[in-house]
Amino acid sequence: MKTGSSISATWTIFKKDMYSELRTRYALNALLMFVITTLSVILFSIGNENVSPELLAGVLWIIIFFSTMSGLSRTFVSEEERGTVMTLHLIARPLTVFFGKLLFNLILLGALNVFTVVLYLLLVTGFSVVNYPIFIITIILGTLGLGSGSTIIAAIIAKANTKGTLYPVLSFPILLPLLLTVINATKLSVEGVPLVDAIGEFQVLISYLIVLLAISYLLFEYIWKE
Amino acid sequence: MNLISFSAENIAKTFNRRKIFNDISFTMKEFNSLAITGRNGSGKSTLLKILAGVLSPTKGEMNLVIEGRVIKKEEYFVHLGLVSPYLQLYDEFTGWENLDFFRKVRGLDTADEYLAELLSRVNLSDRKNDFVRTYSSGMKQRLKYAFALIHRPVILLLDEPTSNLDDEGIATVYQIMEEQKKSGILIVATNDKEDITMCEYVIDLNIQTLKKGEK
Ligand SMILES: Nc1ncnc2c1ncn2[C@@H]1O[C@H](COP(=O)(O)OP(=O)(O)OP(=O)(O)O)[C@@H](O)[C@H]1O
Ligand SMILES: [Mg+2]
Repeated sequence: MKTGSSISATWTIFKKDMYSELRTRYALNALLMFVITTLSVILFSIGNENVSPELLAGVLWIIIFFSTMSGLSRTFVSEEERGTVMTLHLIARPLTVFFGKLLFNLILLGALNVFTVVLYLLLVTGFSVVNYPIFIITIILGTLGLGSGSTIIAAIIAKANTKGTLYPVLSFPILLPLLLTVINATKLSVEGVPLVDAIGEFQVLISYLIVLLAISYLLFEYIWKE
Repeated sequence: MNLISFSAENIAKTFNRRKIFNDISFTMKEFNSLAITGRNGSGKSTLLKILAGVLSPTKGEMNLVIEGRVIKKEEYFVHLGLVSPYLQLYDEFTGWENLDFFRKVRGLDTADEYLAELLSRVNLSDRKNDFVRTYSSGMKQRLKYAFALIHRPVILLLDEPTSNLDDEGIATVYQIMEEQKKSGILIVATNDKEDITMCEYVIDLNIQTLKKGEK
């Protein structure tokens, strides 16, 4: 009974964040603006130059990484800023809150990444994917890893006084291994190697995700408690 | 047999090495009521947050037993309701949506009728579909009572219970306090004379001792 009710409670937190986001556009506007502005700047600076597809694979993840940084910290910071953290403490278990927020971040980031990737494939002509299965799996695993990582980091920095600046600073070392691996895997998809050659990259991404979720699971209660 | 027992043992809180209070101890049984008083900054709100389980004490223990079952700290929220100036409800939702959210997160099978009844009790029925952001401060305070009572808590914690309320609102709050004293435990942080006389016990944080109230 307890697990059943926690799942529906988690879902309720997720839905509340979803409606809240649709009404306030707290994170969405920041995310979309970031993607659109960086993408335009990149298009301008590329101009007619011939940039290697490998380099463009890195640029794609730079856009995704920094837009994540600009938007996803909002999930916990907004509760902290509005003083609703105590309200959540009074109605739900810590892990219910965490998984509700995690689900929200993953869905938001997933939607944003679909948007970013489609736009990138359409506009950046020098970037052409040869092996689509590798590319798609990389985007999915990258989204899960980035979303999970930024959720727990957001929970940590929401408690700190220097919210804005701390986020990229703390995220960078934590997310660096993930970032390097997804950039590598994206390069492989551009080079068109067979799927088996990317298995190593996928294993790293999956292990990274599992470790991240396990740490979040153990850590969150301590972070959440004042 | 005791139905409910809520006790605090030597609770102390220190903020950045500033000691706020030391050694707060009490035991409340069902139908007991406690007033926490003290000058501004003496730690009434802080103590209430600790009792509610949303803030950790620097030292000391709490113990909540309901029908022979020891309740874990993480489960306090199931049995306890809090109204406090530090509490914020969701501005971008209506009063009704807020209550609906609290009901679902708590996993209650509360009927719509009960929510409607709560809202009419705090006189918000005609504004229930307006965003909380458009509420006056007194209306927000009223909604907090609906928030705190939705799960029919065994322990009701009130911080400055009548702040921002008009006469009719204050009368409702006193009625809620009376009912709580008949169904569970009531703990109030206040300096209002009338609030204090409603409680059986008083802790004065200026002197930090538990004494029987004048009543
Ligand atoms: N988060 C915090 N960080 C540091 N100090 C704090 C914090 N919260 C409260 N304090 C300090 O703890 C003391 C007690 O505050 P509290 O709000 O509990 O007092 P109070 O008795 O409720 O006062 P009032 O009658 O004004 O409501 C004050 O000195 C306050 O400055
Ligand atoms: Mg106070």
